[in-house]
Amino acid sequence: MADSANLIAHLLRRAGFGVGSDEMVVFADLSYAQAVDRLLNYDAIPDSVDSKIGQPGFLGTTSRGAFSPNTVPDDARQRWLFRMVHSQRPLQEKMTLFWHNYFATGYSKVAGVVGPANATRLMAAKASDDPVKQRGQIELFRDYALGNLRDLLIQVTIDPAMLIWLDGDTNTKAQPQENFGRELMELFSRGVGYYTESDVYAAARVFTGVNLTYNSNDVKNPNTSFTWIYRPNQHETSAKTFSFPIYAGGGKTIPARSASVGTQDGVDLITALANHPETARRVAAKLYHFFVSETIAPDPAFIDQLGLVYLQNGTAIKPVLQALFMSPQFQDESTFFTRYAWPVEYVVRAIKEVGWTGFSAGSTLSPLISMGQELLEPPNVAGWVLGQSWFSTGAMLARMNFGSALAGNQQFRIATAAAGARSSPQALVDFLTSRLTADVDPGVYADLVSYASAGGVWTGSDTQLRTKGAGIVHLILGSAGYQFV
Amino acid sequence: MSITRRTFIKNGVAAFTVTLAVPRFLSDLARAQGAVSRNLIVLDLSGGNDGLSMLVPYTDPFYYSRRPTLGIPAGTVLPIGSDSSGKPLGLHPKLAGLKDIFNQGRLALIQRVGYENSSRSHFFGTDIWSTANPANSTGSGWVGRYLSTLTPPLDPLVAWNTTGDTPHALQSPSVAVASIPSVSRYAFASPTGGSEATLERAAATSIASHVPVDKPQVAFVSTTVQSALATLDQVAAVGQYKPSVAYPNNGFGQALQAIAGAMVKGTGTKVFWVQTGGFDTHASQDTTADNGAYVKLMVTLNDGLTALYNDLKNQGLLSDTLLLSFSEFGRRITENGSRGTDHGAASVMLAMGGGVRGGLFGTAANLSTDPQNPTLENSGGDVHYETDFRSAYAKVIDNWLGGDSVAVLGGNFRKSGLDFV
Repeated sequence: MADSANLIAHLLRRAGFGVGSDEMVVFADLSYAQAVDRLLNYDAIPDSVDSKIGQPGFLGTTSRGAFSPNTVPDDARQRWLFRMVHSQRPLQEKMTLFWHNYFATGYSKVAGVVGPANATRLMAAKASDDPVKQRGQIELFRDYALGNLRDLLIQVTIDPAMLIWLDGDTNTKAQPQENFGRELMELFSRGVGYYTESDVYAAARVFTGVNLTYNSNDVKNPNTSFTWIYRPNQHETSAKTFSFPIYAGGGKTIPARSASVGTQDGVDLITALANHPETARRVAAKLYHFFVSETIAPDPAFIDQLGLVYLQNGTAIKPVLQALFMSPQFQDESTFFTRYAWPVEYVVRAIKEVGWTGFSAGSTLSPLISMGQELLEPPNVAGWVLGQSWFSTGAMLARMNFGSALAGNQQFRIATAAAGARSSPQALVDFLTSRLTADVDPGVYADLVSYASAGGVWTGSDTQLRTKGAGIVHLILGSAGYQFV
Repeated sequence: MSITRRTFIKNGVAAFTVTLAVPRFLSDLARAQGAVSRNLIVLDLSGGNDGLSMLVPYTDPFYYSRRPTLGIPAGTVLPIGSDSSGKPLGLHPKLAGLKDIFNQGRLALIQRVGYENSSRSHFFGTDIWSTANPANSTGSGWVGRYLSTLTPPLDPLVAWNTTGDTPHALQSPSVAVASIPSVSRYAFASPTGGSEATLERAAATSIASHVPVDKPQVAFVSTTVQSALATLDQVAAVGQYKPSVAYPNNGFGQALQAIAGAMVKGTGTKVFWVQTGGFDTHASQDTTADNGAYVKLMVTLNDGLTALYNDLKNQGLLSDTLLLSFSEFGRRITENGSRGTDHGAASVMLAMGGGVRGGLFGTAANLSTDPQNPTLENSGGDVHYETDFRSAYAKVIDNWLGGDSVAVLGGNFRKSGLDFV
């Protein structure tokens, strides 16, 4: 069993974005169980991270004109990255990222309909800062980060960005739109193999008339309000029969009902889907792969156990995560540093461990695209392809080159921090390999020392500390061992 | 000459090398069986391409009755003759460049390609097309398996992917694939530069040489770093390529330019992968207006492929090149209420190149809504496949790449008459 500090560091890499200097202080005196409790029960901690944006001592931002995270997509991305680096509620941001991948919605399609500013609002607006209190989808995920999936599914169904993304906006009685109904079953609940084509037709009909309303003459005006609307005259009222049970008694048919109460169709279907054992197992497996291991197949009994927690708690996610983090599987030391880091996890952890003062979240945006993960722009509704797929040669070079840019930007700070380690190349390597929580094996260690010693006599001068310090950080960030959380 | 292609290959190429009056396609084949690098470009039209808007059955009344807003007027399509069933067909009005290539006999269109019980899921469908295995689509890709049959040592750029992620089709049990979404960014940076950069690159190379057997994930990434570092200099040379024609300034055009550059610079690449997306046209598909969604897709496709064709022709490399396109599924025949089309079944594949025997392969569907219509499935909703997609793969593997399709595809999918290459 790992010691408590190592276990908490593991917890913070998986349930957060790594261990920054601030987290070291906060978590230093906590037991593992207390650390889990702090991460899960974050409501007790003020959600004040956004107030730090623009203040000295924090990660910077770069924008043309005023920083406008509600209306400019790159600013929205920077705000989110800033939160990942500095939030005192790291699990909230981590689960927001999880849901963004789970309900993967792409900014560009939304922008094609409502323009860039309003697409940013629908994706990421913080309601309290919006002229008409529009809440973006990412904020919805933050609000429901550990909430229950059944309620989140209902919210997602009527989320304006989703209504555009999966064409619910155009789902009418005369011509039902299948896109949302299909993905609701395939990706958001039961999964491939657990629905039929006739279920797709039925699900499309369930959501007929659940559309989006806004002033179409003012679609690009950033004061325009976008909201879901139910149009009874566009709802197909006949009965809808599925291949799986919808009701507790085993009934598979949503009854024909009057158009005035037609939204009940969707509530019935979603409630059934959220509570299906297949959904429970699928969600449990997704959380297992995200938090525990994507390479070691889970013990089916463990997935059943997590699925049971989910079902017994009304589809709530928090108790599932409590059970997961406290499980022996999560705490197994052999799984430390074995999950392939997503690009944003890699970038945020590197910033937290190397340093951020004088660095801008804006400097991560282009590299993240090259690494294969542009926030708010997943490749399709199935989200990003995880694991080994992050590691093409081009994407790996992008990681290495980001490591170079960050190390170059921070070289004076690295040298200052390493001033006490100037006695020898080994001392400098020792200092930096402990500052960065990498899994450095002896062969890699020897290569780092060899690099530090190469190119001239070691003097320990400030210049040498800057050059070799930045070079070592670059090499560690670009090494295979650093690509895991 | 009545010799068939099969006996030609079986007998080998030597008998023909002294013959001067060889038909063009034979000389191409002869070249390929020598040391000349023959390559394959796989083009992924991702999202599910609406084959009926690309290759239009403009005399089928059901095409117009089922697509009241999306039907492309007969007077605007680019007619390319009739298929073997006598059905006249025309290309989308924006595919003028492809029509020229068709007229030169270097573009084949294979109609109604798909498989039994076609998946309507993007992800499942893509996996099936990638693995060539509808029964179990989780393993290695068909291109990756082909690469594994090549005799080592292989050039580090034997497979060149122009997208950011390694596509499932290229995932190989043994061969590393280089992913080069941007030639100019495919470089090794250094915080300090100069001689320090040289030291860092040497150190990075050494670090990547450690492949811990007890940590398979770390070993995998180390191998990726090795491949990246081993391919840097060749890719930089490709960045110097000056094409003979202007490629469109979009992602697809630039990817095709990189491919031509790699061929000209002689990187030894056997398989290229290129992708252009946006084909998931559930809403506002608009097949006719200049800024219509599907029109823009066709412009991108036409302009990119035409530039590639002309550039390679100018470079004398056309006969080494075969481009094969696919999409994870076609689209539903009847348009939906959003003036778009939902997920369907069979669709069209394109094959283009100097060794292609151009023309229309397969027969068009009859779009009659009769539920018993044998050319359709799903109660007349979707186009039923006529040619198994693995038959197209088999032809490419056997006749173009010189591989063994039975071994690569795990079965005999060879189909007589499908002689597009």
